[in-house]
Formats: sequence, C-alpha cells, structure tokens
Amino acid sequence: MPTLTINGRSMPVDAANDTPLLWAIREQLQMTGTKFGCGAGLCGACTVHVNGEAVRSCQTMVGDVAGKKITTIEGLAPKGDHPLQKAWIAEQVPQCGYCQSGQIMQAASLLAKNSNPTKEEVVAHMDGNLCRCMTYSRIQKAIMRAATEMRTASAAGNERRPT
Amino acid sequence: MNKHVKTITSETSDLSRRSFLVGTAATGLVLGYAGVPGIGEALAAPSNFEPSVWYAIAPDGLVTVTCGKADMGQHIASTMAQIVCEELGAKWSDMRVALASNDPKFNDPVLGAQITGGSWSTMMNFDAMSRAGAAGRMALTEAAAAAMGLPPYFKDQLVVRDSMVSHPKSKKQMSFADIVKSGKATKTFTPDELKAIKLKTPDQYTMIGVSVPQLDIPSKTNGTAKYGIDVMIPGMAYGAVVTPPVRYGATVKSVDDSAAKNVPGFIKAVILDDKTQTTSGWVVAVANTYANAKKAAAALKIAYDGGPNAKVSSQSLLDEARRLQKLDDSGQFFVKDGDPAAALGTAAKVLEAEYTTSINIHAPMEPMNATAEFKGDILHIYSGNQFATRSGAIAAGAAGIDPKFVVMHQMWLGGGFGRRLDADMMVPAVQAAKAIGKPVKVIYTRENDMTMDFSRPLTYQKVKAGVDGDGKLVALSHDVVSAWPTQRWGIPDFLTPSVDKKGPLDSFTVNGSDFFYTVPNHYVRAIKNEMAHNATPSGQLRSVAPGWTFWAVESMIDEIAAATGKDPAQYRISLLDGAGKNDGGAQRLRNTLLAAMGLAGYGTKKLPKGEGMGVACVSSQERATASWTACVAHVAVAPSGEVTVKKLTVATDVGTQVHPDNIRAQVEGAAMWGLSLAMYEKATLKDGGIEQTNFDSYTPLRMSQVPEVAIAVIANGEKATGVGEPAVTVIAPAIGNAIFNASGARVRALPITAEAVKSAMKA
Repeated sequence: MPTLTINGRSMPVDAANDTPLLWAIREQLQMTGTKFGCGAGLCGACTVHVNGEAVRSCQTMVGDVAGKKITTIEGLAPKGDHPLQKAWIAEQVPQCGYCQSGQIMQAASLLAKNSNPTKEEVVAHMDGNLCRCMTYSRIQKAIMRAATEMRTASAAGNERRPT
Repeated sequence: MNKHVKTITSETSDLSRRSFLVGTAATGLVLGYAGVPGIGEALAAPSNFEPSVWYAIAPDGLVTVTCGKADMGQHIASTMAQIVCEELGAKWSDMRVALASNDPKFNDPVLGAQITGGSWSTMMNFDAMSRAGAAGRMALTEAAAAAMGLPPYFKDQLVVRDSMVSHPKSKKQMSFADIVKSGKATKTFTPDELKAIKLKTPDQYTMIGVSVPQLDIPSKTNGTAKYGIDVMIPGMAYGAVVTPPVRYGATVKSVDDSAAKNVPGFIKAVILDDKTQTTSGWVVAVANTYANAKKAAAALKIAYDGGPNAKVSSQSLLDEARRLQKLDDSGQFFVKDGDPAAALGTAAKVLEAEYTTSINIHAPMEPMNATAEFKGDILHIYSGNQFATRSGAIAAGAAGIDPKFVVMHQMWLGGGFGRRLDADMMVPAVQAAKAIGKPVKVIYTRENDMTMDFSRPLTYQKVKAGVDGDGKLVALSHDVVSAWPTQRWGIPDFLTPSVDKKGPLDSFTVNGSDFFYTVPNHYVRAIKNEMAHNATPSGQLRSVAPGWTFWAVESMIDEIAAATGKDPAQYRISLLDGAGKNDGGAQRLRNTLLAAMGLAGYGTKKLPKGEGMGVACVSSQERATASWTACVAHVAVAPSGEVTVKKLTVATDVGTQVHPDNIRAQVEGAAMWGLSLAMYEKATLKDGGIEQTNFDSYTPLRMSQVPEVAIAVIANGEKATGVGEPAVTVIAPAIGNAIFNASGARVRALPITAEAVKSAMKA
C-alpha cells in the first residue's frame, strides 16, 4: 500500500501504483478540493504541487510520488489565508468556482519563484488552466494583488530582520 | 408571447404557493413529501423562526436563505439572500445560504417549477424575496414591541437595522436572535396581506445596489465548496459509462465483460434500459473506485447496432436544413407582420444571405455526474442540476417509480450554461444503484461529456431584406432552421403558439428575431430540422436562440447599411424609432447602443489600415425579458485573414442593479463566451458521432485570448433584468461587422475562421 506525504502528513492509500494521484486524493483521502476536469492534462482543474512544482494530478500516478511532498488546495495555507486565497476573495474571482483550486495552485507555483511577475509571465504560466466561466481577467488581477502583498510582506520582514 | 413568462407580474403570480407560516414548523407545507423519511432533515429545527419557505432565522440570529435556483456561478443564492436582507433589515454578515431540495414548495413563484435559465431568476424572484423579507421584518418588529412592553401601535417607531430592532425614544433594543429566542414572533400573513405589503422604494435601499461579498466565494477558494462530484455516501460504488460511437439512436447488441472481470474491484456491467429515452446504447461499468470503474469500462467489449443516425454528419444536417428552408410549407410562423413577399417584389433593392452556426458544446468544467441512493422507498439523487422538476421525473422514470418518491439534493454546480437542465447523468446512476443494491456515483469522462452533450444545435438561417429607394428597410423575411431543444422536454407550457395556427413552435429557436426594429413587413418562420433533432438531441446553451438569431439579424442589418451607403450604427438608430409595439424597448436599446458607441469612441478617430469597428445591439433574451445590450468590437484583420480582437466594449441596460460587481462579472463572462463561440468553438458530427472529445480539439477561450474589455452598466431604475446571457449574443455579430469594416470581408458562418475571412476578402 503506497504512502503519500500530503499536506505535511503521511497517509497510506489503498490504491494501485498506476492509479492517478487525483483519484487517490479525492476518493481514498476524501480531499475533494482537487477537481477532475479532463483526465488528459488539458484543463488544469486537478493541479497540485509535488515538491513545490505544479503538476496535473490526473496525469501523475500514485507510484511515482511516494515519498515526495504533495500539497493540495487544502494544505496551501493552514487557514485558507494564502495571499492568493485572500486576493481571490478581494477580487471576487470565482463564479462557479470549480476550476479555482487548480488556478490557485498553478498561480502559487509561479509566485513561489517570482513574486513580481509581468502580465505576460502570468498569462504564459496560467494559459493551461481553463475557466469556463471566463474569470480570466479577475484571476490576473488577483495574482497581481497577491504578488504585491507577498512583496510587501517580505519587505516588511526584511526591515524587521536585525542587520 | 411565450406562455412561461405570461405571469411575470406579481399581481397574477400565485402567492399561495409560498404561503407564509410564521412561527410554525413548515412540515405541513412539504407538498407530496409529508412523512417521507429523510426529507425532514432539510427542514429547520422547530425553534427557528421561519417567516417563509425561503428563509429561517436561527436562535443565534443567523438568517439562512434557501435558494430554489441552481447556483452555477451566477451567485444567485447570494443574490436571493441580498434581496431578502434588504427588506428584512438583517446584517449581511448574518446571512447564509442553503440550496433547495426539489420539494415543490421551493418552486419558482412565477414559473411554478424549479428551473434555472433564461436569465430569469432575479427578475422573477425579486418581488417574492422582497415580500418574504418584509414580512419577516414586520413579524419581528411586532414581536419586539411586545417583548419590550410597548403597545402594538408603537411599532411604527421601531427602527430595524443590522439585525437589531430598536426604539430610539426609550433606547430599548432587541437583536433578531433575542426575538427568535423569545418565541414571540407569531404573526402570519395571508397571500392578500403579503401582496399588500408596501415594499421599499429604490431611494430607501441600503443593500440593493451594493456589491456585498458573495457568500459562496470563500468556500470556492479553499476547496470546501461541495459540488455533485464531491458527494460521498458510505458504502457507495462508482460507475464509469461507456457511450456508443453514435450520439443518439444506437443500441447495445452484446456486452462481453470477461476481461473486465479481471479488473480488481469490478462489480458489474449494467446495460441501461432507459424508458425516458434520454440516453441510448449506454453501459455502466461499476466498481469499488472510479479508477477501477474506468479500467473495467475500457475492458468491456461492446457490440452496437448504430441505429438510424449512424451515417448522419454536419454536412447532412446542413443539407437537410437547406432543403427544408426551400419548401413553402415548412415550419410555423413566429412573427407575421404585413406582407414581406409583396414588399420584396416592389423593393428597390433586395439582399439575401444565409447564416450558419456550428454545433457547440457546453463543456462545463465539472463533468456530468450524479449519485443515486435508494433508501427504503425513496430514491435520493445528489447532483447539481438546473431543472429539478423535470430531472426528478427522469430519475423516477429511470427507476420505474413515481416522481413523488424522488428527493433531489442540490449541490453547487461546477458550471451549468444550460447543460444541467438535462438529467441524462441520473439514468446510469439510478440503474446502476438499482442493479447492485448500493449507492452509486457515476462520473462522465470528459470524452463522455463532450460526445454526449445536449449541444447547441447546428443552425441555418436564410434572411431576405428589401429596401425602398431611400434605403429604408421595408421587408424582412427570416427563416430559422434548427433542432428544437425545448420541444424535447415535452412540456407544453414552454412552447409558443404559432401565429399561423399551425401548432406550437419552439420559441427557444427563434427568440430575438422578434426584434425592436420597426420593419413594416416582417416574417419569421421557425422550421424544425427533424434530422438534427433526432441525431443531435439539442439543449439550451447559454443565451439559447438569441445566440444565433442575432448573428443573422445583426449581420444582415449591417449588410443593408453597407449596401445603402449608411453608417451601420446610425442605420440601427433610425430603425429603433419606437413606433407601435416597439415603444419603450426600442428607445432603451437605442440609448444603450449610443452608450457603447460613446465608450468605444466609435467614429471619433481614423483607425489604421486593416482595423475596424463594428456594432451590434440586441434585445436578448426574450422580447418580454430583454436586457438591452450593445457592443462595439474593434478588430485588426491581417492579409492572411487572421483576426485579432483588440477590444470589446459592451453596454447593457439592466434596469436595477442588485449587485453591481456581480453584474460586471456576468456581463464580462457572457461577453467572453460570445467571443469564444464566435472565434474558437466548433463541434462537428461524423458518422452520427461528435468528433471532438476533449479540450485539445474543442477549444474554449483561454487566458491568452482575452482582449481588452470595457463594460458600461446602465441602471435607470426600471425593473431588474437578467445579465447572465444577453452579452453572449451581441459579440459575434459585432465582430463580424468589425471584420467587414476592417477588410471588406463579410463572414456568415460561426465560428469565424481565418480561411473564411481570407476567401471573403478575395470575393
């Protein structure tokens, strides 16, 4: 029985190694924030992080991620207060909301590396994530807002640090 | 006019359907379900104050509004809460929402059923929710007066604000929570008393018109919002469907499950016996997990009889449409004013064109799914659905039981767009659950979802226009040939009598063609393409008929303006003279067009070579429920025919704004849908099957394709209208007209392709 390290906890899953991570997360672990959209890596609804990289969990097999650090929308921030989640609320991004876990996880992997992205960088990074409600312009605004907050927070952190 | 909107005024709506029972448990109102185990769980605890079926106030002061509408991202649950909140006088942070079961007490007060579509929800529920809120406030105020020891006639001195009733003179106050706890709120309202309540006037609003935080949004940022696909029932199994290569009409000849039996966790392959005729030739593979169900599904060897539609293609549907249109006795008349044939005979100039739209797929991000559980005599269905009234009956039909024994548990919808008006996903869930004696959750693969969509039908329209010597439009004859999506429902009230008394027609194929332009001789014929109707069972896709009728009308108006040497915007304004039956609507549409022109800077500057602006204006959705919407599209056309949409400017007159920010979100989403349908989405039929199976071949708009968008919302104090759909319909013709102005190429088929533009340039 493979064991997944997911959101900081070790969890055995009763699933064959060739089971897509998506279904192990949703059915075995009953964490349903990660969504099924296309089953082919074309829409991004199932995006999670594996060792900090955004991956499509419908295309990632359980056997390939044993021992790796997996993060889902439920584990992105302890209280659901990641700067992106706060920005998503401030910009009132979601309509149906179904794709938004994937959008947020995809965006989080960008901001973890680059907290000052250009609009073009945001579009290039997010273009694989479909939103059928077409909330794209608000997604962009929310990412920019979160980036600003992260830069401000880290600048403030720098100031407090003893030199 | 369509029957289903005849009762839109509050005077004629049946208020008894939402009788108010103040201070009593509502169990007695559970029509048809009294005594059914399980249904009572949905009802509030007896200590709650339930001023109406629409909401309850708990002893802790939280107000939970039950939304009878499907919430698919339009935030309608939050909007209903906002309307209640305005009249009730509650604090927004005390408001909560719940989703209704299919209990008829939650039926739409105007439509008399549970159905979500047509951009109807706000306009048809505004009055009922307002009265519900006001009745609650009056009951709470009286109770507070009694509890404060004030004589009843003092109640007019009480102020209700932020979930608090206060008496400024005596400085006494009581919270909603304390009033509910006191148990003194017992006032009841008869339907007549409800009707007599004097509602706030717009100048008194403190909530309506404010962009309060949507109540559902936080749960959609942290993974906690529960959609149909997220339902977990103890002991349930999973079903993966195997659908035939033909969209409709195939039958299963044999199923060999010998290989599937080697898949761990495989339980059974169930061949659907669908007496509701919603599906044909489907098999469900049931297993202990969805991954195993999919493996088992792939291992099934199924032989099919392709049935009568196995050779049908997009081309044969189009050929059939052309054949039907040429026949004099085809179809029924939706509009019949004057005598276009005679007027065309004497016209100075006659223009004739055909306009087409392709098959389009809803493809909401949450693939279709349903969970079915038999508990005693009751069938429980968990699924996000837009039409609980009909879907419950289909689930019952699949189970072979009376619909009154079906309880539908509504979930958040991971996109609807009309797709979830249908109930096909319930059939495999019900029959699999019945076959294995356990609850079953069926999830479509994206491939199932795309190939078995109740799609927007392929449409063919022929328009003939006649102008007199002054360039005045004197005759328009407009034939619309398509499958009839709404006739498929089999509900007579949703059909419309034809003007020529040839029986009811499906007005959801022609709405919009009864526009607000003044044209003395005007015919619209609705022609059912029986071949398409059978081979591609169609559905209602966001904006429905106006998504194609305005493509034809607004393109043709532009063609006429070009042929008569007039500015297309000014030509529209001259046609929107408000004469006769068009009085009121025409003027609002004219003003909206002017607003869009102003915002876009239409005609104010010379554009570079290869660029152009185009206009369109629409009265979507229906004549009786119009939101006045106009668009100016700004495009650049390359010599290769490649079109770049640089900017879309959309103006819309919505009467009254409940939630300005949500309206902008909906109008923008609708406009992007319009762009996506105009440029990027095309499905095709070959050998009876839809050829596109996933997002690699069916390609809705992505972030990199979003142009600059400017939106102007006009709120002029008229009644609130719908905003979820109208902006879909205005985009394609505006883009088509802009392409013509930029390049001289007239395109008449959707989606617009670079090849079509290039070949039209040469012509």
